[in-house]
Order: sequence, then structure tokens, then C-alpha cells
Amino acid sequence: MTVQELPGAAAYRPTPPPAWKPITDPAPLLPDPEPHRVLGTDAVADVDPGLLLRLHAELVRGRRYNAQATALTKQGRLAVYPSSTGQEACEIAAALVLEERDWLFPSYRDTLAAVARGLDPVEALTLLRGDRHTGYDPREHRIAPLCTPLATQLPHAVGLAHAARLKGDDVVALAMVGDGGTSEGDFHEALNFAAVWKAPVVFFVQNNGFAISVPLAKQTAAPSLAHKAVGYGMPGRLVDGNDAAAVHQVLGEAVARARRGEGPTLVEAVTYRMEAHTNADDATRYRVDSEVEAWKAHDPVRLLERELTERGLLDDEGIAQAKEAAERMAAALRDRMNADPELVPMDLFTHVYAEQTSQLREQAAALRAELDAEQDHDEHDAEAGR
Amino acid sequence: MTTAAVTADGRRTKAKPATMAQALGRALRDSMAEDPTVHVLGEDVGTLGGVFRITDGLAKEFGDDRCTDTPLAEAGILGAAVGMAMYGLRPVVEMQFDAFAYPAFEQLMSHVAKMRNRTGGAMPLPITVRVPYGGGIGGVEHHSDSSEAYYMATPGLHVVTPATVDDAYGLLRESIASDDPVIFLEPKRLYWSKADWSPEAPAAVEPIGKAVVRRPGRSATLITYGPSLPVCMEAAEAALAEGWDLEVVDLRSLVPFDDETVAASVRRTGRAVVVHESPGFGGPGGEIAARITERCFHHLEAPVLRVAGFDIPYPPPMLERHHLPGVDRVLDAVARLQWEADS
Ligand SMILES: Cc1ncc(C[n+]2csc(CCOP(=O)(O)OP(=O)(O)O)c2C)c(N)n1
Repeated sequence: MTVQELPGAAAYRPTPPPAWKPITDPAPLLPDPEPHRVLGTDAVADVDPGLLLRLHAELVRGRRYNAQATALTKQGRLAVYPSSTGQEACEIAAALVLEERDWLFPSYRDTLAAVARGLDPVEALTLLRGDRHTGYDPREHRIAPLCTPLATQLPHAVGLAHAARLKGDDVVALAMVGDGGTSEGDFHEALNFAAVWKAPVVFFVQNNGFAISVPLAKQTAAPSLAHKAVGYGMPGRLVDGNDAAAVHQVLGEAVARARRGEGPTLVEAVTYRMEAHTNADDATRYRVDSEVEAWKAHDPVRLLERELTERGLLDDEGIAQAKEAAERMAAALRDRMNADPELVPMDLFTHVYAEQTSQLREQAAALRAELDAEQDHDEHDAEAGR
Repeated sequence: MTTAAVTADGRRTKAKPATMAQALGRALRDSMAEDPTVHVLGEDVGTLGGVFRITDGLAKEFGDDRCTDTPLAEAGILGAAVGMAMYGLRPVVEMQFDAFAYPAFEQLMSHVAKMRNRTGGAMPLPITVRVPYGGGIGGVEHHSDSSEAYYMATPGLHVVTPATVDDAYGLLRESIASDDPVIFLEPKRLYWSKADWSPEAPAAVEPIGKAVVRRPGRSATLITYGPSLPVCMEAAEAALAEGWDLEVVDLRSLVPFDDETVAASVRRTGRAVVVHESPGFGGPGGEIAARITERCFHHLEAPVLRVAGFDIPYPPPMLERHHLPGVDRVLDAVARLQWEADS
């Protein structure tokens, strides 16, 4: 018997299972077809010129900070530095859209965002210098520790934002992650939790093209990273990550949306990592110069400078002034980083538990004895004129 | 296994039989009632009251925001708890079964255990992670692991495990009140064990980190915790027939480890057997035996022995009785403690 011969086959029409209907309409969650831009478009007329000038000054400073920190690695003053050169517009906008009461959850590459938020430039580098894991009190600055394990800070941002909302506090958390980090399980779990809980969080992906050596095409088969938002039930936004005004606008809207209680947003900024992964990496093994050259023409500092000069808001003198201010910051940073950090070995045991266990007390006493013996030895040598 | 039957104001109350599961639920309830920052979260903890019903009634009494059914994602649950603790809450996370806590290991190792240290003391995380652990209930694969060795090997975590109804209440209260993260291991096969217990005035428990002598004795010390305590108590009774008077120490806390109580006991008895059901190789027993040897070498009449589960993935339920250390294996070990050298 063929299918056609089945009794009643002509009358049969499949219908969806009884309980099915789409949970929400996916259309409003979909990102724009192209990354959102402001500079060089009509939209720029609506942007406060004061904001554009502020973004410019911060971008120039940020670029100089990246250069200075990279130089410090060459002098052995920093163990390692993952530069955000080329991504300054993302870093600065992330810092500037937040209110003081809001929280920033940066990854290891986001030193600049932390500094632009007001963190002491040296305190922001202690992790990378190697004298302390976190050189600042996260609660004081509302900046979580710079996070090395990929994407693991994202659920923290969700939990914190959720807790703040339960307490009735008007606080938003902005969590930063790279394109590679979006493949980690924690990314997915965080987005899902945030959407289900309607937590006031903004997930900010800096798609800089590479995860160390792996290009985006080997990381995901999604239409874009912003499209991933739809599956969780939150809007995805695409923005030109080198257009500081556009990043500021899109992140600002996402923060405002979160603050209104409308839940999380996933923002993907399309940008480019101009330097290697860190100073220790050789980018010539996995990328071609022509690509770098193309992105140089789309440099975030130049885009903004061109806009400002064409509109008569900035002249050569203004540019020189911004550079001078950046030089002063860099000189101060260099001087302070040239001093050896003070190391306190006994601190090893101080912050493991609120109260030391008897095991730690024993170990601390043993180290104390070693240190005392070392010192006696040194003093003895000094007396003996050695 | 005493019954505290005196209230704070000195009134005597009547003790009634209660299960360990009830005592744990009561501890959660009392902690939540006393401290509005205590939040319970996990899979099925709300409407259902947890698969073991430990959180029964909490969502009803305190609302969904205080006792929350989360999406099904252990890393997400623990990661969110980290953020909640960063903002001043005291999250109590329920992991559904021992082996289902493994997806959250990244959060546990990299953040929960280290945040106080990473932030120079600025950001302690008062999180309690409740993990039903161990076998003996006929669970299928992945429902009977004893994962304490992984947690013990991670500095920054406290690892606590009750063996009695009183301790289930007292130690959980202490754990929730602790400013440090606590892995609270619940011996699931003792969930339905009963003791006379007065919830109006549960026994005051010392701060976590103190072991207790459950049974004094002179011939040798059995050192154990959690699900193996009843086994050791039974073994100690049976040993009397052989003329051995065994002391039984219940550790209650694996981290911090109470060297003092353990060493004092072994110095008295001169012989020791460590008993647990997690695999012996790389397990807690090796660490404990080494600590005893370091502290009590000249008091020892025999090498410290271990009675542990086999070094195998947890077996299918119909075979688990061969894997779990029972009274006979404990007595066999005691018999090997070089008694002849003594006589
Ligand atoms: C869980 C985890 N796995 C691996 C690494 C090693 N690692 C450090 S950075 C990196 C690439 C990350 O790329 P991406 O997320 O795109 O961020 P970007 O470095 O480009 O800013 C890798 C694999 C890590 N830090 N954490």
C-alpha cells in the first residue's frame, strides 16, 4: 500500500502539537543588517560635541596607555600585556556609559576600560606586573577583578545585577567578553540566566577578529555574534566598534533599557586587534598585512579626529593638546612603574580564609622562620663586609 | 548523637524523632528567617522542594526571589551566586547530585575558592554549596560519587560534612553564617536516618573545623566522617567481642582539618584506621594518614591503615555493596594493626 492509498490520507493535515506557540516574536530581537554607525553620517548632528571631544581625549590617552604598557613589558616591568590598540573606542565607551553606581566586569584585555572608569593606572596593572592578583578594591570602584578564565565573569555580572534589582537598587552591570569567549559555556549560561531573570545586564562582545590565532570563522557558524541573542530572548545589536560615538550610543541605549527594567541586551562591536594577542605572541603566523592595512584606514582615533576637524570642533592645536596630556599620563605611569613593588611574603597566608586554619598557621610560622633566617644571614654578611 | 533539649532561655523542650533531611531543611528555614540576605537557588528547589525535599516549603514561605528555581546550568547557578555574593547576599546553592556539580568546577576553582585571595581580602564570598554525596541508595551512574578529595585539594574552600541529625542542623547553620565559601557535603544515604531532636533548641555546634570523639576507646582510633560514621560505630560495637575497645573520631570538617583532636586521640590509642567510601588512591585517607604519621610517629604501634572505596568509577547499584567499606572491612583492618607486637 502506498501513502496515497491510506484511508483518509487526503483529509489529513498536520497541525502543530497542542501546546505549541512561539514564545516571543523573534523579529524585534534581530540585529541591524549592518553594524550601526554614527561618525560621518547624518546621525552625528544629534551627538553632543562635548561628548565627542571627551571621547577623543580619552581615545588618545588610551592609545598612549597601550603603547606605554607594551613598552613596559620590553623593559621587564610588566610580565605581559594584552593591548587593546585599535579597540579603544569600545574600551572608552564601555567606561563612559556607566553611572558611578553601576558595575563593570572586564576581561584581561580591558585594563583601558577600567582606567577610563577612573581606576589608578598602576593599580590596574598589578595583575599583569605580577605582584598582586587584583590591585584595587572592586567594591570601591565597582569594577570586578580583571578576569582571565574566559567568559567566567559573565554569570557574575548576571548575579550581581539580579541581586541589585532584588534589593531595589538602580544598578546596571556591563560585562565585556571577546569573540572567542562567546563559545564558552559560561557565555551561554549567563545570557540564558540574564534573559530568564530579566537582569539589568549588558553583554558587550568585542569582536576583534581573533581568539589568539583562531579567526571568527572557526569560532562560530552564526550569522553574527549579535544574532545569538535571539535564541535567548534578548535583543542583539551590531555596532561599528571603531566608531566611538556609535558604540557609546548603542551601549548607552542598552544600559538605559536595562535600567528601565526591560532586561539584558547583547551588543557585538565589530573591531580589530591591531597588535598581537599579547606582547609574547607572533601575529605574523596567522594573519596577513593587507588585512591590518585595511583596518588602519578605519582607525578609531582617526575616524573621530576627521569628524571633529571637519566640523571645526578640533584643530591641530587641540590634537596636540590631547597628545600632550596623554604624554604626561604616560610619563607618570612610567615613573611609577619603574619603582619596584613592595612585596610582603607573609601576605601569602592572609587572605585565604577569614580566619587562618591551623594548617595555614603552621605554614605561616615555617615561612616566617625561613625569612628570619634569611635576614640573619644577610645581616651577618653585611657585618662581615661581604 | 545527644539531644539538646534546652532552649536559649533555659526551657526544656521535648525531643521528637527527626530525620537528617528535616534538620537540614529546618536549618535553611531558620537561616533565611534570621537573615534576609540568605537566598537559596538551584534546580527544582522551589515548587518541588528539591529532589530530596530539603528545601520543601521555602519558596512558599519566603517567595520565589528567596528560594529560586534556576535554569538548568550548574556553572550558571554558581556563577550567578558569585555575583549575588559580590553584592552582599548569602547564596545557598543546591547541587542536585554529586556528579552534577562537575559542570560548575570552573566557577568553583577559579572564582569561588579564590575571590577573597584575588581581591586581597576585599571581596569574600559567603556562599554555601550543598552537595548530596556518596552511595548506598542504589542510585544509577553519576548519582553516588564521593567528590570530597577534589574540594579538599582546593585552597579557599571549607569542606564540611555532617554525620548526625544534630550536626546536619548545626553545621549547616554555621556554614551559611560563614564569611567563606563552604562545600557542604550531605551524606545522602543518611538523609532518612533519625534521631531524637528538638528543633526548638537544636544543639549548639562549635564553629566549623572541630572534630568530635563519638565513642571513647583505648585500643585504636577509627577516623571517619559523613556516611561512614554509622559503619564505624557499628564496627566499634562488634570489636568489643574481640577485646578491642575502639575510639571513633567524626571529623565533621575536612577543611579546616582538626589535627589536634585527631592527634590527641591517636596518641592515646597508638593505632589508627581511616575509613571513608571515596576511592582510596589520592583520597582523603592518604592525607589524613600522612598528617597522623608526621605528628604521632613515636606514639604509633602500627602503620596507619586506610579502609576506602575501591579505585574505580562508582559501580552499578547492584554491585555497590562490594565497593562500600562495611563493618567487616573495618574490623579486618583493625585486626591488621600489629596486635601481636603489643603483647
Ligand atoms: C577558559 C579559558 N580557556 C583558554 C584560555 C586561554 N586564552 C587566553 S586569551 C584566549 C583567546 C581569547 O580570545 P577572545 O575571547 O576573542 O578575546 P581577545 O583575546 O581577542 O580579546 C585564550 C584561548 C583562557 N584564558 N581561558
